[in-house]
Amino acid sequence: MAEVPDTGTFDALHGVLAIVVAWLALGAICMIRPRDLRVVRVFFPAGAIAGVLLAAFAAIALADAPRLMVLPLGLPDLPFHVRIDALSAFFLLLLGCASACISLFSSGYFRSEEGTSPGLVGLHYHVFLAAMALVLVADDAYFFMVAWETMALASFFLVTTDHRKEEIRRAGYLYLLIAHVGAIAILLCFGALQGGRGDYTFDAMRAVTLAGSWPSIAFFLALAGFGAKAGLLPLHVWLPEAHPAAPSPVSALMSGVMLKTAIYGLLRVTFDLLHVQAWWWGVVALALGLLTALFGVIFAAVQTDMKRLLAYSSIENIGIIVAAIGLAIVFDANGKPLLGAIALTAALYHALNHAFFKSLLFLATGSVLHSTRERSLGRLGGLIHRMPWVAWLALLGTLAIAGLPPLNGFVSEWLLLQAFLFTPTLPQSFVNMLVPLAAAALVLAVALAAYVMVKFYGVVFLGRPREAELVHAHDAGVRERAGLLLLAIGCVLLGLFPVNVIAGIDHVNAQLLKTSVKPAGESSWWLLAPVALERSSYSPLIVFGVISGVVLVTIFVVHRVWHGRVRRAPAWTCGFPILTARMQDTAEGFGQPIRQVFEPFFGIERHLPSPSDTAPVYFMRASDRLWRWLYMPIARSVEAAARVAGLLQQGRIGVYLGYSFVTLIALLFFVQ
Amino acid sequence: MTIGAQLINLFAAILLLLAFAMLSQRRVVSLIDLFAAQGLVLALSTAVVAYTTSQPHLYQSVALTLLLKVFLLPWLLYRMVRRLDVRWEFEGLVNIPTTMLIGIVLVVFAFNLALPISEIASTVTRSTLGIAIASVMLSFLMMIVRRKAIPQVIGFLAMENGLFFAATSATYGMPMVVELGIALDVLVGMLILGVFFFQIREQFDSLDLKNLEQLRDERMPRPGVSRKAQAVSPESKQP
Amino acid sequence: MSLGALGSQLLQVAVALALAPLLVGWVTQCRAWLSNRRAPSILLPYRTIHKLFVKDAVVADNASPIFRIAPYVVFGAMTCAAAIVPSLATALPFGAAADAIALVGLFALARVFLALAAMDIGTAFGSLGARREMFIGFLAEPALLMVLFTASLISGSTSLPTIVDTLAHGPLGIYPSLAFAGVAFTMVSLAENARIPIDNPATHLELTMIHEAMLLEYSARHLALLEWASALKLFNYSCIGLALFVPFGVAEGANALAIIAAAPALVAKLAIGGAGLALIETLSAKLRIFRAPEFLGTAFLLAVLGMLVNLLLGS
Repeated sequence: MAEVPDTGTFDALHGVLAIVVAWLALGAICMIRPRDLRVVRVFFPAGAIAGVLLAAFAAIALADAPRLMVLPLGLPDLPFHVRIDALSAFFLLLLGCASACISLFSSGYFRSEEGTSPGLVGLHYHVFLAAMALVLVADDAYFFMVAWETMALASFFLVTTDHRKEEIRRAGYLYLLIAHVGAIAILLCFGALQGGRGDYTFDAMRAVTLAGSWPSIAFFLALAGFGAKAGLLPLHVWLPEAHPAAPSPVSALMSGVMLKTAIYGLLRVTFDLLHVQAWWWGVVALALGLLTALFGVIFAAVQTDMKRLLAYSSIENIGIIVAAIGLAIVFDANGKPLLGAIALTAALYHALNHAFFKSLLFLATGSVLHSTRERSLGRLGGLIHRMPWVAWLALLGTLAIAGLPPLNGFVSEWLLLQAFLFTPTLPQSFVNMLVPLAAAALVLAVALAAYVMVKFYGVVFLGRPREAELVHAHDAGVRERAGLLLLAIGCVLLGLFPVNVIAGIDHVNAQLLKTSVKPAGESSWWLLAPVALERSSYSPLIVFGVISGVVLVTIFVVHRVWHGRVRRAPAWTCGFPILTARMQDTAEGFGQPIRQVFEPFFGIERHLPSPSDTAPVYFMRASDRLWRWLYMPIARSVEAAARVAGLLQQGRIGVYLGYSFVTLIALLFFVQ
Repeated sequence: MTIGAQLINLFAAILLLLAFAMLSQRRVVSLIDLFAAQGLVLALSTAVVAYTTSQPHLYQSVALTLLLKVFLLPWLLYRMVRRLDVRWEFEGLVNIPTTMLIGIVLVVFAFNLALPISEIASTVTRSTLGIAIASVMLSFLMMIVRRKAIPQVIGFLAMENGLFFAATSATYGMPMVVELGIALDVLVGMLILGVFFFQIREQFDSLDLKNLEQLRDERMPRPGVSRKAQAVSPESKQP
Repeated sequence: MSLGALGSQLLQVAVALALAPLLVGWVTQCRAWLSNRRAPSILLPYRTIHKLFVKDAVVADNASPIFRIAPYVVFGAMTCAAAIVPSLATALPFGAAADAIALVGLFALARVFLALAAMDIGTAFGSLGARREMFIGFLAEPALLMVLFTASLISGSTSLPTIVDTLAHGPLGIYPSLAFAGVAFTMVSLAENARIPIDNPATHLELTMIHEAMLLEYSARHLALLEWASALKLFNYSCIGLALFVPFGVAEGANALAIIAAAPALVAKLAIGGAGLALIETLSAKLRIFRAPEFLGTAFLLAVLGMLVNLLLGS
């Protein structure tokens, strides 16, 4: 569709910018009385309402033509360009919906003892939301980088909310470091994209045709830069540190939304700004995505901290999304845009799903943390009795993330596997052969994700409480329940009505790949058949209907023909007379089979007590090998270089004057 | 595709299956069984080729294969196993799942290698060339990975199976002279290996080929290396 | 969706529910014959299920609603799966709602609910069973998916009725990739149905239990439903195997005569399959739990190899 420049009437783009201003204003208002908790109670729900409005504007813009605007802000010769098109609108919709639910939860969550005053948290939070929205509508490289850096800084302050703890400060520092490494890569990518013209607007970049190996350089810089923010291997190390360190709503926002802005950036550069793609880029993205997915899920299986487990699970899901994008690139570059559209739909659907179920799970851990003050899985258990609301909504989230029908995780997985099955039609036989291996790796990651989530849910909510103090746990407050409930409803709706969601995503396909999935398929409102009915079809409504129908009929028949009597008694446990809470599996115990099978991938440090130990302690830590192999050598070489550079600092004024003198002489020598 | 070509494809798939199964097999007796099965599959496939292309001299090939690979060689191997009193455990450089993963990568590589070659060939069953190359590579992998002697011998023989299959399926048989030459090579190789392994067993009292590593020259110790490090030299270890 | 198709669909579900315990009884019979023992009546599973339904349910003090709901959900998921797999006819209107990938998803749903229910009471056996079951599932589910993908590459569709139609009623051919898939599928179904060599369905020793460990706290109607559901799972897996590898005899369309003719074919195939299963169980020994990854890894890689052979040979 042709772009529509600013006409002055109020349209979706104006609406989005108004919401951004509203968020910034809310943030500023929060600072008026920073220590007052009522700030949180009143202004966060206002931020939630703004989020809903943002989602509404984005939904309108999704089907509409792209709109442009030039803001009178910025530097004299570099004004800010903004643009809203289908791709931006989709991610704005994601941002609006997820942030509305998270803001609602936060209004009941944040307390005075978070480490920073509530008003300051409110400021950082809303600036973070505003920055993310601006990243999604920025239309020139300068504005994009300004918004990107603001997003990184605001999230840094949010991560270090509890800044009095050393480990949290360290996590924040690592996060900021890698965010900036990524930002440098993105900046260089934009530099490559402008093709020597000097005009950094995205429109100019679209008009340029890059020659030689510049497109590949731009793509790989984008993959590195946006991958650092998304958490792709090997630049993922900040994720498992930063997410546990941040307060839970912030972790939810980062995992659910911020990682998706990186995906947005990757899509924008690959499909929109670069004209043609090479098919081998897709193979690299596919391989990297699958490696990341397997890495994330294997490490998640051995974690003993709730939030680290969820952080590694986020790494896995981002890997799946990037793998789907890689597949889309492979198809599109080989002239099969319809199949590429299916793969891209799977990627975007998974991004949307992840925003919902990961936020739900992180917020649930937040409630558990506030209620029990425990983060370690080894000290939780049996919380379904004390915290029923949180437990049942977290169950929905767990089933969704494990990819079980009829919820939303299964739909995106289904679409991606369907896309994989089309690959034998490719001309490159090498890629054809690799694809069964890739599909195998994907299903392995998905199966292991189910394992990890059963571990998470079972150890936290089921079983018996592993610590005596858990008896005092209480359920979440009203606002927290509301936030969790909305996210759970979102998961269910996304799972039961995939055709409508895909119709929405189709606008993005139409913009990026110039094809649309809808006319080719034979879907109706209750049946999803992306290509042809005989080929494959899936109807979540019918599956849900049949399962619940069978369950209800069974309950009815059993209670009618026989009876429904129940007696309560102590647990049987095979006749063992004693049953303590320590007899059930710990988190390490549950992950032990995976640790044993995948031992070479972890750097395991284990301390087993000997039988004669009077105070036996069992210690196990699984550390990331990439730390030792990649990051430590780089850190050491940077320090070595800094030491060498430090030799320049002699401390005496005469030496410094000597430097200026030598430079002057050298310049005079070269100028003449 | 005619029924003959389909049958040859099926036999090719079973051959690859058997080569893969040999990679993951722990027990030596089962290995010998699988090798005999491979010989049988080879004989059947050659018989089908002989029938469909009406080349009667291939029937002699079938008879030779049956005699040697299904009866004589497995019997010799069983005898060797009994006399050398071999233990049943799997000992390899890497564990079984890793071996199989490497195997899959080799199969992909072999398939890709064979695709352009099979365009040029003119027979109907040219696509089985990839499978033949893959089974040769898998047998080679088995020879590299396993540490005991008998699996290495079987790997060597299985390699020859793969080559034979490549010859019969892709080019519809070899001249009898070439075939007899290869068979003689294999037989002589077997005899030499048999003598060799007896000698190893005499020397080290075990068939673990790791013991052969003790025979390398001792390197001169570097100046500055502590006396303790010098004392721990290979020859002071117990065999 | 015609009335005939709806009828054939319901008939198939009813046949699955009715015949599943009989299949379990038949396998037990064959095992006893092969061990030179006398087996109990072939109808014993039916009597066991009835006996369990009559009893009062005893539920642990600290059981949550998940514990009580799980048997129903597992039973519902298995019934749903039985409605998709073509055993008598390929005219299955419900087959359009769930394809092969959804079938694996349904099995995963049942497995996850069972594992969660096992962890619910907080006993050592429950969490041990849950951990082992999820571990086996993590290895077996990809292998099953790869087997189904091999079949779908051949038939160009992931919808099970279409796969059976192509393989049974299409031009007769020998598919070498299905040889790989067949071996892999046998290994996977042994693992998923808790049979030797992965799990012993008759054991109650803590070192050897996987499936049984998850059922220890259940009694009465809940246990009856779970036993019925695991019989249904065995039936489903057998029917999937028959549909992929021996699909001859399945009626095409909703022709009443063809369905009536398909019934004895199904019974005969299941009888032979059950006897084969008993033979494999008698000839193998149970593996250590940490040899199970090798076993299932082999199955997984064989299935992947089947897909590769399909891509190479074109069949």
